[in-house]
Amino acid sequence: MSTLAAYTTSAGEAVQFWVLGTIAVIGALCTILMKRAVHSALCLAGTMIILAVFYLANGAYFLGVVQIVVYTGAIMMLFLFVVMLVGVTAADSLKETLKGQRWLAAACGLGFGILLIAGIGNASVKNFNGLDAANSANGGNVEGLAALLFTKYVFAFEITGALLITAAVGAMVLTHRERTEPARTQRELSEQRVREGKHLPPLPAPGVYARHNAVDIPGLLPDGTPSELTVNRTLRRRGQIRDVSTEALNDLKALEQRSEERLGRDRDEHDRDGQEAKR
Amino acid sequence: MENLIALLVAAPLLGAAVLLCGGRRLDRTGHWLGTLLAAASFVIGAVLFADMLGKGAEERALHQRLFSWVPVEGFQADIAFQLDQLSMTFVLLITGVGTLIHIYSIGYMEHDERRRRFFGYLNLFLAAMLLLVLADNYLLLYMGWEGVGLASYLLIGFWQHKPSAATAAKKAFLVNRVGDMGLSIAIMLMFTTFGTFAFGPVLESTSDTSEGMLTAIGLMLLLAACGKSAQVPLQSWLGDAMEGPTPVSALIHAATMVTAGVYLIVRSGAIFNAAPDAQLAVVIVGAVTLLFGAIVGCAKDDIKKALAGSTMSQIGYMILAAGLGPIGYAFAIMHLVTHGFFKAGLFLGAGSVMHGMNDEVDMRKYGGLRTYMPITFVTFGLGYLAIIGFPGLSGFWSKDKIIEAAFAYDDGIRGWIFGGVALLGAGITAFYMTRVMILTFFGEKRWQPAPDPDRTASVEPGVDVTPGEMPHPHESPRSMTIPMIVLAFGSVFAGGLFSLNEAFVTWLEPVTQFEHPHPVISVPAITASTVVVLLIGVAIAWVMYGRRPVPVTAPRGSLLTRAARRDLLQDDFNHVVLVRGGEHLTRSLVYVDHTLVDGVVNGTAASFGGLSGRLRKLQNGYARSYAVSMFGGTAILIAATLLMRGV
Amino acid sequence: MNPVNYLYLAALLFTIGAAGVLIRRNAIVVFMCIELMLNACNLAFVAFSRMHGNLDGQIIAFFTMVVAAAEVVVGLAIIVSLFRSRHSASVDDASLMKL
Repeated sequence: MSTLAAYTTSAGEAVQFWVLGTIAVIGALCTILMKRAVHSALCLAGTMIILAVFYLANGAYFLGVVQIVVYTGAIMMLFLFVVMLVGVTAADSLKETLKGQRWLAAACGLGFGILLIAGIGNASVKNFNGLDAANSANGGNVEGLAALLFTKYVFAFEITGALLITAAVGAMVLTHRERTEPARTQRELSEQRVREGKHLPPLPAPGVYARHNAVDIPGLLPDGTPSELTVNRTLRRRGQIRDVSTEALNDLKALEQRSEERLGRDRDEHDRDGQEAKR
Repeated sequence: MENLIALLVAAPLLGAAVLLCGGRRLDRTGHWLGTLLAAASFVIGAVLFADMLGKGAEERALHQRLFSWVPVEGFQADIAFQLDQLSMTFVLLITGVGTLIHIYSIGYMEHDERRRRFFGYLNLFLAAMLLLVLADNYLLLYMGWEGVGLASYLLIGFWQHKPSAATAAKKAFLVNRVGDMGLSIAIMLMFTTFGTFAFGPVLESTSDTSEGMLTAIGLMLLLAACGKSAQVPLQSWLGDAMEGPTPVSALIHAATMVTAGVYLIVRSGAIFNAAPDAQLAVVIVGAVTLLFGAIVGCAKDDIKKALAGSTMSQIGYMILAAGLGPIGYAFAIMHLVTHGFFKAGLFLGAGSVMHGMNDEVDMRKYGGLRTYMPITFVTFGLGYLAIIGFPGLSGFWSKDKIIEAAFAYDDGIRGWIFGGVALLGAGITAFYMTRVMILTFFGEKRWQPAPDPDRTASVEPGVDVTPGEMPHPHESPRSMTIPMIVLAFGSVFAGGLFSLNEAFVTWLEPVTQFEHPHPVISVPAITASTVVVLLIGVAIAWVMYGRRPVPVTAPRGSLLTRAARRDLLQDDFNHVVLVRGGEHLTRSLVYVDHTLVDGVVNGTAASFGGLSGRLRKLQNGYARSYAVSMFGGTAILIAATLLMRGV
Repeated sequence: MNPVNYLYLAALLFTIGAAGVLIRRNAIVVFMCIELMLNACNLAFVAFSRMHGNLDGQIIAFFTMVVAAAEVVVGLAIIVSLFRSRHSASVDDASLMKL
């Protein structure tokens, strides 16, 4: 192999690498350390964009664009959809529940990283040929890739088509629920409610008796206790009910105390007046 | 003529099958059928005997091969019979005495509701015993050997409702198993040594075989003989076997089955001739048992048990003679035959006495019976004279020859020892038999009221005995007395007949060989001293029991007497050494089993269980734990790859 | 700067992703970590492509993307159906081989 002993990049690329590389690593670390899934997703998206830049810097122009369009644009959005479905505000506890898992993970990660880096350092990868020749052979990076893809890798390409179809069908099968009976009409539903003696009128609206008007705040019953019924079922299930009942109860208690004091004073005065009158 | 041999066995076997499977409809006629078939067997035997007499001495042996029993490559066993002079002698004794005892049993068992079954067992015994003596190979002999053991077990325990009878049957069976094991080992040794167990090839090829192996086979055969013939150390069952009905005692435990051991040794003479050590063991066993049985016989008050001790002692004589080699074989068999006559007669006489005395067995409660049962007295008396060796009667001829042969064991001290023991035994025999005779038939009446059946278990069922009633001794019915008379004739004349021109020895010589014994002292001197010893024994007994009154309850007696009453402590010995030892062995084995074997097994199981319990925790279902294993494994693989490349 | 640094960066990102897979319980985040690992591989492929001076490495990275897309589709579908049945997206909750 003809070796170019001291293949180096331009100073601009070096600066770009060190700046963006640092940000990419920070983004990756944030991905695994953020409590909320949505933050992780955003950090990952940032890392991926930086990677796209790196692809471009390495002469992989097509891949750089595809990285942004497919990964950051499509896959990460898919992730965000699912995150929304599961609950965008749900925060994970980072407390480890499996005994020894964290230590083992750290040991594995460290060992793995050291091995990889040692392997790279050990391998003779000092010599870079550069992509200029390869890219220009067919008139550009995209053309070069196309030439390879539709000649040498055409079967693999076709098979990925089959794979994508299969994946699409699989996703549908997994998430689709077959309806085995016709959907019940409004009338049937109301009749069923009557038959079962359940709540007949519409459920109470949230936040009606509360100070805050929001769907995640339960309405308060006349005695000041919150009613779970008033909150949307999805929010209830996610545990995303904001509880203001203690606040309201404290307010109520303070109110009662104040009125008590006032009434008590009145009564005392009244009693005193009565006793004096007897005398 | 050969074809008749199988009929000898088949007739009583048919009887057994019919009687045991026939059911109650044979209850009234079954005993006649059994007796008839036994007699038929005797007639066939007699025909064969007559035929045999008409031939030359060397051509007399007959063979009959029925079919191949176990046809395996390298292991051939046939159902085949061999009738030579030795077998012929036994056939006549077995069927002859057997038939007489069948007849006797018709009267004796008249009141027993299970008489049909009894005759079935008797026929079964005859068939098995004939199979034993007619077999032409050791394996078939073993079959007959086990058959007689089974019949003996069934008949000893015939009154199984009596716990003592049931126990005695079990005891006999178990002790016999020990001996049977010896026979089976002997057969296995023969097979490995000779490749066959037919009499002919085995006995002819002894000269090519090492003496050690022959000694081993001989000792195993001796063990078998000890078990079956009640010789020391396997003698303990015979006394208890007297729990069986008296005809059984007469047929099986006096005349025939217990002599099977003698037959075995005489039949295997070629092996013993080539193994002098085994022969010496045989002689020692015979000599010890001879004295042992005689001493036990002196102390027993139970008439049947006294006779059982006597049987043991007389078989000791036969074993002693059989151990002497060619000089003794013929005399062993001769004594066996004469003993078969007079001992069967004595037992039948004892049964007749018991029959007349409300089944009382204690001789101290007899006395003065000679006038009440004259036929029994005369036949018993003739048997008595025969067994003590009164000159001229059967026992004299046969026992005197054995004593002579014992003195001829060798020229040195052993000849003197064995001869002396045999001579001493003759004196003791005279003593205890005279004691039995005097206690039973002479002296004053010491009859006691009939025993309470609840108190004594020895009352035979079917006999109407009112508790508290005084016995009314009477002569037994003719079906019982006739066999006694016939046997008495045998007791008197058989010995003399056999000794005429040495007829018996000549008859057996082709089978057993014969050499004239050369005793250390002259023959007339031995005969004279035998007679003197005999007279001394009789005299002592007369002084002790004839001239003094006999107490009804036995006196405490000397240490030896008390030991002899307990069968010279044989049961205690067995209990302490074998039972206790066995229990300890079992306990220690159980302990070893529990701690070591179970410990290993359970420990293995527990360690696997514990290991699995720990490994199970790895399989916790958490995908992240599995992922750690996967990453760890990958890291190790990469490390290994790098290391290999580095090398 | 030597372009081999891209490889070191890829190794670092891969390791971070692996650690995330091991540490995080939320299935969605675990999935993101897997994507991170795939991207790290892609970066390495691109760097290799530059090193060897041919485009095969980029082709492999391209296929990796396709496969990752398919995998994400199926994986997210699984997460959604799991969430439907368990009302939780924690991988530790699915520790039994039954619902």
